[in-house]
Amino acid sequence: MALSEKDVQYVVKLARLEVTDQEVAKYTQQLANILEYVEQLNKLDTSNVEPLTHPLDVKNVFRADELRPCLTQAEVLSNAPEPQSGHFKVPKIM
Amino acid sequence: MKNELLEKTIHEVSADLKAKKVSSVELTKAALDYLEEIEPKVQSFITITRDEALRRAAEADKRLASGKDVTPLTGVPIAIKDLLCTKGIRTTCASRMLETFKPPYDATVVEKLYQAGAVSVGKTNMDEFAMGSSTETSFYKKTKNPWNLNCVPGGSSGGSAACVSAGQAFASLGSDTGGSIRQPAALCGIVGLKPTYGRVSRYGLIAFASSLDQVGPFGKDVEDCAIMLGAIAGHDPMDSTSADVPVPDYAAEAKKGIKGLKIGIPKEFFPEGMNREVSVAVKDAIAQLKSLGAETVEVSLPSSPYGLAAYYVLAPSEASSNLARYDGVRYGLRIPGENIVEMYSKTRAAGFGPEVKRRIMLGTYALSSGYYDAYYVKALKVRRLIKQDYDKAFEKVDVIATPTCPNPAFRFGEKTGDPLSMYLEDIFTVSINITGLPGLSVPCGMSKSGLPIGLQLIGKAFDEATLLRTAWAYEQATEWHKQKPALKEE
Repeated sequence: MALSEKDVQYVVKLARLEVTDQEVAKYTQQLANILEYVEQLNKLDTSNVEPLTHPLDVKNVFRADELRPCLTQAEVLSNAPEPQSGHFKVPKIM
Repeated sequence: MKNELLEKTIHEVSADLKAKKVSSVELTKAALDYLEEIEPKVQSFITITRDEALRRAAEADKRLASGKDVTPLTGVPIAIKDLLCTKGIRTTCASRMLETFKPPYDATVVEKLYQAGAVSVGKTNMDEFAMGSSTETSFYKKTKNPWNLNCVPGGSSGGSAACVSAGQAFASLGSDTGGSIRQPAALCGIVGLKPTYGRVSRYGLIAFASSLDQVGPFGKDVEDCAIMLGAIAGHDPMDSTSADVPVPDYAAEAKKGIKGLKIGIPKEFFPEGMNREVSVAVKDAIAQLKSLGAETVEVSLPSSPYGLAAYYVLAPSEASSNLARYDGVRYGLRIPGENIVEMYSKTRAAGFGPEVKRRIMLGTYALSSGYYDAYYVKALKVRRLIKQDYDKAFEKVDVIATPTCPNPAFRFGEKTGDPLSMYLEDIFTVSINITGLPGLSVPCGMSKSGLPIGLQLIGKAFDEATLLRTAWAYEQATEWHKQKPALKEE
């Protein structure tokens, strides 16, 4: 599974990043090295092994559906780059 | 000039505070003055909170005067890694993305330290979003290793380790996703502990890889680490992965001795060709533990050498998902764009540094259609194999002893050109995050060039007490933790 520059450009788009052509070449080389190292996982036979997503047994945790104090609108918006009339303003979507 | 009080441990200075030999305001002023004096050399901090610290110190003095609710941390200056939310105090994650971010709430661990009466002097430098092993990926500054200012302090919690080692704070909080507490503790010659996953709340910890991240303490010695862990451990309803398991009195547990304790030595952690100074120091430490009454048992963890490969699939995958939240909408940097996708992309291109982008790309690739099974699911299966190895080993032993890192501290720039060579520094620490087990690093030697070496102790789930007990017994018989760095370039 050799990684190509096209793969990297595709991933950059999926991850909503931007990189220059020069950077694509560098990242392709670095990521290919890392993936080559990762390939060693294939030396282990895992055909009868279940994936382990979490180190501990985790179960869903519920709490009572009761009103509790929460952040105010002003607090929630206090870090927004462009708040407007109590909302988060964004550029056009469509 | 360094006030001699700053040489003390928490358990020593806390006695002085209780006996009114010194006030918290006096102690905090001394700590801040020294912190600022040596900060140009060490560069441990992103934000220093002098006014806030002096206000909390004055509150602590009232508490000490009344004698009510006094804990071993009341009035003691500590530091906090800059990825733990502090209400109204800038929390950057060492990223340009969060340069102006002021959290509207405190992380649970921060709140718990405040409740214990601790005085935070500031927020420490780190690798950007905790991604790195040298603190060189910080957007803001390069923290220096107090033992040799030309060397890295380790990472990602490099500022938290360096500030305790240099005496700028008595203890600190860090976080550990693949070794980010244990490795800098080893490289800076102090004690660092990664608790069991779920032992300490992650509420208000800015997420890197949610199934691996854990908050933990740095201290000058084992007892200080035990005090810090006791203050932050415990169930938190605000973190659904936090475990409801009783918290013992760690400082008392630590002093119980190790007679009859079974210590496992895994051969996979002493590979051929490894750094000789490290292997000699660690083997000497194991011999010392034996002479203190412990028994050593050879154990095998055959899948653990694959831990690093699995980690560099799992951690970037989780990170690529977690860091999707930095979109320029609700908080953090925004670079304007013609439409929303352009705004996202420009913001993320400008806000993240190269290592963060590399890991987002790696994780996005591993999770993308066509590669998900080959990389992500494969790594999850290997994760189970590694866990099974440890489960089996812990049927026979109480604790496992290994080196913390393959090498002592390296020089700036030595590994930044080749990301994989940097990742290999985590080879002995990552499998503990993959399995969720607790791990501790305690100083166990010094290289010929005067750089500290760490012994890693790994324990059963929720058995931090045995790690502390082993490390405390070792400390009583050795002097490594008492050595102080000279803050010199060599």
